[in-house]
Amino acid sequence: MADYDVTQSYMQDISLGTSIIAVSFKGGVVLGADSRTSSGSYVANRVQDKITPLADTVYLCRSGSASDTQAIASYVQYWIAEHQAEKNGPVDVSTAANLAMQLSYNNKNMLQAGLIIAGWDKQGGGSVYAIPLGGTLLKVPYTIGGSGSAYITGWCDKYWRDDFTEEEARAFVVKALTHAIARDASSGGCVRTVTITQAGVKRDFIPGTKLAATFGELPTPASR
Amino acid sequence: MGSNAGGFDFELVKRNALLEAKGVPPPRAWKTGTTIAGVIYKDGVVLAADTRSTSGSTVADKNCEKIHFIAPNIYCCGAGTAADTENVTAMVSSHLELHKYATGRQARVVTAMTLLKSHLFRYQGHVSAALILGGVDLHGPHLFTIFPHGSTDALPYATMGSGSLNAMAVFEAGYKDDMSREEAMALAARAIRSGVYNDLGSGSNVDLCIITAGGVEYLRNYEFLQAKTYSRVFPVKYPPGTAPVLKTKVTLSEVAVIEGVESMETDS
Repeated sequence: MADYDVTQSYMQDISLGTSIIAVSFKGGVVLGADSRTSSGSYVANRVQDKITPLADTVYLCRSGSASDTQAIASYVQYWIAEHQAEKNGPVDVSTAANLAMQLSYNNKNMLQAGLIIAGWDKQGGGSVYAIPLGGTLLKVPYTIGGSGSAYITGWCDKYWRDDFTEEEARAFVVKALTHAIARDASSGGCVRTVTITQAGVKRDFIPGTKLAATFGELPTPASR
Repeated sequence: MGSNAGGFDFELVKRNALLEAKGVPPPRAWKTGTTIAGVIYKDGVVLAADTRSTSGSTVADKNCEKIHFIAPNIYCCGAGTAADTENVTAMVSSHLELHKYATGRQARVVTAMTLLKSHLFRYQGHVSAALILGGVDLHGPHLFTIFPHGSTDALPYATMGSGSLNAMAVFEAGYKDDMSREEAMALAARAIRSGVYNDLGSGSNVDLCIITAGGVEYLRNYEFLQAKTYSRVFPVKYPPGTAPVLKTKVTLSEVAVIEGVESMETDS
């Protein structure tokens, strides 16, 4: 059974099954992701951090192939470090997004990477960029990605508003991911969020047992 | 062997094709089947591995070493194709030694990790090495898993190989933060034992490697799990009286004694 034969399993590329999301609000952005990476049907890492820093105030959500997205993040981090040294100042979110897009588009045949880049800079304030498979670059007020995003497109369309406060945006992100995790087998674990504003970066972590139960789910027993 | 024309010599390709046609299959690459595991404890990292190396369904090496040296403070367990794990760890070990002389500092675990992941990513998964890298540097103990395609994870406990599910079950049940050295060793050994007994690709003995800021303890064959219960003695020594004597007859024979020495032809 190819699915349960682990000797074959770990030879399959590690896939970030994934649900990722980023939402901009007045003054910043909130990024969110689940924490499951799978190798076939085995969970290779149940506490993965899929939100990677590219610069002090620009972060990247990764979905698709773990190795491809880690390699892309490495290259973009390096180019941004060079760029910031030359510019003598922090990188703009749009610059970071364009660098990632160039890599993704020019190697589209070899890469399997769905990226969301979000952050804060003085020119644009909080911005969110989506770079799906193929290397399109889209500037958007909010976006969702990964295999779990398919299950929450309707929910997000209904409940998103363009005038979120920071707390409302974070609550929206956590609820969206809770629903995605409930329905997508490749998403799970815990929910990680990163909030970026002019003041800086705030990381948050919600264990899977503390997520609200969705319809039909039993609530977590008190002993856990 | 073969012609002196230079370049590659493909004589053996014809021979292999002929053998295969006759029903002799080519030998399979040695895989390490394997259960490998690593766990971080209060003072450092414990790496553990079984010792079975397989070629198809035959055990090729009953007591191979799967915990490879990378630097005095960094070791790496390898699962997958044995040649790939051996060579990629040896390559990074040499690279890090040169790096140490260039920088004048102790190697960092993330450096080893980045060298390994860049190499594996460049080969897009064809270098079949699934590794657990552990070590202690100036930033404390580290444990990383590195997959054949080049992705890495930083974890407090990790398992790899065909027996990884068995070992991970033990870890998930028994891991706690800030374990003592003895607890960590016992847990890691239990995880490998679980793989040895329940996974066909893993077997024989358990190796342990404990890395702390103070140094490394490499416990080769820490546990013998499938030791032979009977070892044959050869040649067999039968005690006198084993065979009953029925009759005794002694005959004196003519023996010719040659005086002097007959020498061999030593210089010719």
